[in-house]
Formats: sequence, structure tokens, C-alpha cells
Amino acid sequence: MDAAWVALGLSLKVAGWATLINLLAGVALGQAMARWRFPGRELVDALLTLPMVMPPTVLGYYLLVLIGSQGPIGAWLLEHVGVRLIFTWQAAVIAAAVVSFPLVFKAARAAFEQVDPALEQAARTLGVGEVAVFFRVSLPLAWRGILAGLLLAFARALGEFGATLMVAGSIAGQTRTLSLAVYEAVQAGQDDTAAFLVAVTSVVGLAVLLGAGWLAPGRVPARG
Amino acid sequence: MSCRNPRRPTPWRLLPRPSPGGWLGRLLAAVVLALAAMPGARAVEITVSVAASLAGAVREVAAAHQAANPGVKLLLNTGASGALLQQIARGAPVDVLISADLETLEQARARGLVPPQGVRLLAGNTLVLAVPAAAGFTPRSLADLLQPAVTRVAIGLPGSVPAGRHARAALEAAGLWAAIEPRVVGAVNVRQALDHLARGEVDAAFIYATDAALMPDRVRVAFTVATAQPVRSAVALVSGSRQPEAAERFIAHLLSPAGQAVLARHGFTRP
Repeated sequence: MDAAWVALGLSLKVAGWATLINLLAGVALGQAMARWRFPGRELVDALLTLPMVMPPTVLGYYLLVLIGSQGPIGAWLLEHVGVRLIFTWQAAVIAAAVVSFPLVFKAARAAFEQVDPALEQAARTLGVGEVAVFFRVSLPLAWRGILAGLLLAFARALGEFGATLMVAGSIAGQTRTLSLAVYEAVQAGQDDTAAFLVAVTSVVGLAVLLGAGWLAPGRVPARG
Repeated sequence: MSCRNPRRPTPWRLLPRPSPGGWLGRLLAAVVLALAAMPGARAVEITVSVAASLAGAVREVAAAHQAANPGVKLLLNTGASGALLQQIARGAPVDVLISADLETLEQARARGLVPPQGVRLLAGNTLVLAVPAAAGFTPRSLADLLQPAVTRVAIGLPGSVPAGRHARAALEAAGLWAAIEPRVVGAVNVRQALDHLARGEVDAAFIYATDAALMPDRVRVAFTVATAQPVRSAVALVSGSRQPEAAERFIAHLLSPAGQAVLARHGFTRP
């Protein structure tokens, strides 16, 4: 069962990094989409949400074509940095981040749109700069919705399978995440291992979802 | 039509009456009727689970078999031999199992999933170590896989992919498995290992000679891997088959000179 804990640790590492990337990218793009009106805005929104509705295998293929050693990004990295991304845990992070990005982005956009513009305006009339308005007014008012989105994205990243299998392979101890280990155990008929891995995955997923529910906006606050 | 007949009570009337005009109810009824009419018992359908390495050749024999037997429809389900076995063990409605190795079918026989006398050898194959066509370094032996030029080796997951099981056995016999395992990229079937290699994402892969022959411009064989057990694919009727006669006729077609000629054209040898 040691392999199961290694796989769990790897899954948590991959999902953690993916969530960190999504915290930065999702909040930045969510705020940008909530604030700026420009032609084609909804098209950009749809494109950014696309990873959520596309089969992970399609994303895996896109990633393979882009960051594979013969793809434009992959070839550049190999030539100039000497880094091969495919079949590394970093490739698993990229796959998990792309797949779960819309969950953060959508939550952040909705949260920022619900911030009362009058409050931001009030801050500006008091002479606060734009950056400070964002960090001291908008973000604190929106953080709860963003956090719920982040937890959902973390859970989604934890369970990512299709794209990960395509770009990260299944290397014991390096890229074999929980979901890949489950798949392998079932394919090989190792039901005991599979049952244990499934139980671990379920407990972790449940914990994350309970956390997300607890942080979700709109919850009626208990009054003591 | 019958749903417009006011005298006959119809089951969907039991549902809460939808909007005025009842278009929703009629749509629902149409969907239910369409679904009920779908499984037509016109053709004899035979499900054939076939190992990934044999899928191309078997598909060709299946097409010929369907052309010669109107009314018989062959449904091919492909995957790693071990995965196909697990599906059948869990009750998948499969009629014929074609495995890339004898061992998988021996396991099926031991578990009572195929009849005791039902396993027949289908074809022979060769395990090879292949490299990308443009590779600068060509390994000459298994020990060469420890060279620094080889950072990633694709091998079918030994738990379910026969090619991977043969490869691991060969590496274990050479005392190299522990050293090479950290470089091993597990493939869910042998064709995924071939795909990794053709894309240049791995430096070497253990595949069959028949797989390497599919992409001569992208992969080349470095050397033939000696295996303790000969690589032989086999076929069996599945015990739970509902059309054993029709399924046996397809197996007979695979083993006939015509079927063997197709396999030979795809690079398989006599078993």
C-alpha cells in the first residue's frame, strides 16, 4: 500500500500546484472580464470556459501537440532550455491546471461582478490607487466566492485522468497519480489495491467538497 | 399515431399533464417509443474483444466474415488483453476473446470464463525494441537502455499488457528491471507505446514487430528481444456467449487459410 501513499502525495502535489496557477490566472482573468467591456468579450469568456466542457482527451491532444517535443512550445523548450515536459509531473500540473481553470475563472468573474461598484468608487474618491482598490476593496469582497471556486478546482485537478494519462504517462512514483493508479489496478484485476485507492480518493474528494460548501457564498450565517 | 387515439389510455397519461397542447408529453412519448424500437433483433450481433496489437488484422477478417455472412454483425472491442479479461470477468457480454498472449487466455480458462478445450493458438509475433526513426543513438542490447541517451522507455503496463509482461520478464532475466524501472513510461496498451515512440516522446519502446511495421517512416527496430516464452496470440469462445454457433464460425474463419493469410499480410507468423 506504500505505492498508494506515494500516489496520493503526488496527486496532492499536482493539484496544489495547479490550484496555485489557477489562483493567479483565474483571479486576474476573472477580474479583467468582470471589469472591461470590449467587443468579443463573451467569445473570450466562452473560450476560457471551453476546457470544462471538452473531453479531457481533446485537451490532452492539444497539449501533446503544443508541449510535445515536436510541438512549437515543446521544441523551443527542448532546444533553448533543454527541458522535456512530456512525461514529467510538471506536465501533469499543466494538464490539471488547464482542465480545472474554468472553475476558478467562472467563480472569480461572478464574485467580482457582485462587488458593488459604488464601494470601489468610494475608495477612489478617497484617493486610493487602482491597485490598492483591488487588493483592499474588490478582492476582500470577492474572496469567498473565489475560494469556493478554488476548492472545486482543486478537487477537479485531484481527479484529472484523461489529459494526464496522455501528457504525463504513468511513471511509478513520478507521474502515477491516484486516478492513474486506480485505473491501472482495475485493468490488472488488483481489486484490493483498487478498493483501497478508491476509498482514499473518495475521502479526500469528500473533504474538499465539504470545505467548498462551507466557504460557498450565500450560506446563511449562523448567529450565536 | 396511436398517441392521438383518445379512447385508448396510454401509459404516459400517468405522468403529470404538461403544458396546454401536450407537446411535451408527445415529445416524451416519441422518445420512449424510439428507444423501445431501437434494439432490433434483425442481425446476429457478436461482440469480439480483441487485443490492441491484433485489432487491425482482425478488423479485416471481420469485414470479410460479415460480407460472406449476411445477417451477422461483428462488434469489435479493443484494448489491452488483461483489461479485456477483466471486463469479461465482470460480466461484459462478450462472445469471443482474442488475446495477444496465451497466458491471458490460460487465466480466463482457470477462472472458468472460457471452456476448458476452447483455447486455440491464432498467430505468432516477435517482441522488439524500437527507437524513433530519427534517433541518434541505437541500443544494441537491453543493457544499452542504461546509457544516458535513453531517458524514457515506453512499456505496456505489465499488469494488463502482454507486451509489457514479456518486456519486464526479459529485463528481469537480464537483471536490469530495477535499474530501468524509473525510466519506464507505462502504456495502457501496446499501441500507446507505439504512439509515444512515433511522437518522439520516448527514446525507446518495447512493442511487437507488427506494430513497428505500421509506421516504418517514424519508428525503426533496434533489435529483437529474446523472450522466455514465445509470443503467441490465441482465441477462445467465451463461456457466457449467447450465440456460440455464430461465434464459433467467426473463430473458424480466423483460423482458416483465408484468415491466416490476412494475419500473415499484417506481419504475424504461424503460431
